[in-house]
Amino acid sequence: MAETTYKTPLLDELEKGAWPSFVKEIKMAAKRSPMANDLLGQLEHSYKEKIGHWKHGGIVGVMGYGGGVIGRYSDMPAEFPGISHFHTMRINQPAGWFYTSESLRQLCDIWERHGSGLTNMHGSTGDIVFLGTRTEELEPTFEELAKIDFDIGGSGSDLRTPSCCNGMARCEWACYDTMQACYQLTQDFQDELHRPAFPYKFKFKFSGCPNDCVASIARADMSFIGTWRDDIQMDQAEVKKYADDGLDIQRDVVDRCPSKCMAWDGKELSIENSFCVKCMHCINVMPKALRPGKDRGCTILIGSKAPIVEGAQLSSVLVPFMKMEPPYDDLKDLIERIWDIWAEEGKNRERVGEFIQRVGLGNFLEAIEVEPIPEMVAHPRENPYVFYEEYYEEDEGEEEEAEA
Amino acid sequence: MAKTVEEVADLMFNMVKDAQGQKKLKPMDLTKAMIEQYGDEVDKKLCKAAIKQLINSGRCVYTYFGGSYVELPHREGAAND
Ligand code: SF4
Ligand code: SF4
Repeated sequence: MAETTYKTPLLDELEKGAWPSFVKEIKMAAKRSPMANDLLGQLEHSYKEKIGHWKHGGIVGVMGYGGGVIGRYSDMPAEFPGISHFHTMRINQPAGWFYTSESLRQLCDIWERHGSGLTNMHGSTGDIVFLGTRTEELEPTFEELAKIDFDIGGSGSDLRTPSCCNGMARCEWACYDTMQACYQLTQDFQDELHRPAFPYKFKFKFSGCPNDCVASIARADMSFIGTWRDDIQMDQAEVKKYADDGLDIQRDVVDRCPSKCMAWDGKELSIENSFCVKCMHCINVMPKALRPGKDRGCTILIGSKAPIVEGAQLSSVLVPFMKMEPPYDDLKDLIERIWDIWAEEGKNRERVGEFIQRVGLGNFLEAIEVEPIPEMVAHPRENPYVFYEEYYEEDEGEEEEAEA
Repeated sequence: MAKTVEEVADLMFNMVKDAQGQKKLKPMDLTKAMIEQYGDEVDKKLCKAAIKQLINSGRCVYTYFGGSYVELPHREGAAND
């Protein structure tokens, strides 16, 4: 039972309105957890003073692992003894975030026994986040998690917990089995996940189609986005039904196609598929009439990151199309070649996207033994800074011949 | 002659011990130093195994201060009782 009841007029403001409130949840937890109760006290104090009162720890963790625990201490332990230690644990979520109610109850019970009981389902990393525990509770929590087949996720300079959309489990647009790929790579790269050996963090995110529901293009060092390389499947009768039901196909579909590769004559829709950039717009608007093609796989992109040491970056294409089938050997080979060069040559806290910018895409591709191709270049037909060595050499040869 | 995992772990441990309090070493710093000093007697895989052994035995721990490092176990400045 909590000892002190804190007055929290500023936090109370955040309970008003129709939306869910983290304050309401912490108050509920505070009825059972002195840790959650002192969290309310410190938070109100911080809101009043407009100063944070956390210190970051860098050494706490579980035996053998270098990631998954983020150390945190209150800088007012005398006033708020319950949160003198308040470490966060990241727990590797199941692929696609599927749980049974039983496993959710087990997770919550473990956390009520060993921590504040407060969770964040899920953190922006994708992990289950357990908020607030003491150093001596880390190992017992880890042991109990292992008994129900859960493991700690990544943090620090390691492979972060891979995450994926729920793909083929629920979504008709999935062009490959995101959950299987995510699970398999998580299993195969356990060392990289738990034993930080990189210059900085490295994230995989798997989206089943270009709708990119896990925002991998913006948030993963390596993004796996489902795609197809044949023609969009089309049902003209369904297209007509959309038109009859009042959809303005010209305005809402054709005119919005980014590559202007569609035409609508009032009766038939046509697509010049060789120009389609697989943006999904037309398919999203007319899901009954259009579907991704049948020859499916994924596009691999590299280099995105949020602004930390340097500014934000989006991923760009590395492999335009790869079949995604277990055991993913080609993919794992490629990943290991990337990690090899980046781990060896990357500067401390340099993400792989920043590394590529520093050493140059050409040098990077040479090191990982990947041929440069036009798909790697933004606007290849308009970019004056791109040239191809073999054409260049050929031209020179021709000139020499002409002179001779 | 190729070194054993134990030998490399001992060499790395000495590096970490000598640097403690002065310079934080990343796992790759340890690997690079081993390869530089012992050439063909070591390789990346062996160094990875040696770091794993150092950590699993508790002789060293991973720490995080902006990036991840390998250090001797110690009480950190920020820790409360
Ligand atoms: S990314 Fe595509 S396949 Fe995955 S859930 Fe979203 S729409 Fe479905
Ligand atoms: S997917 Fe996008 S680019 Fe391709 S045809 Fe449809 S709207 Fe155009």
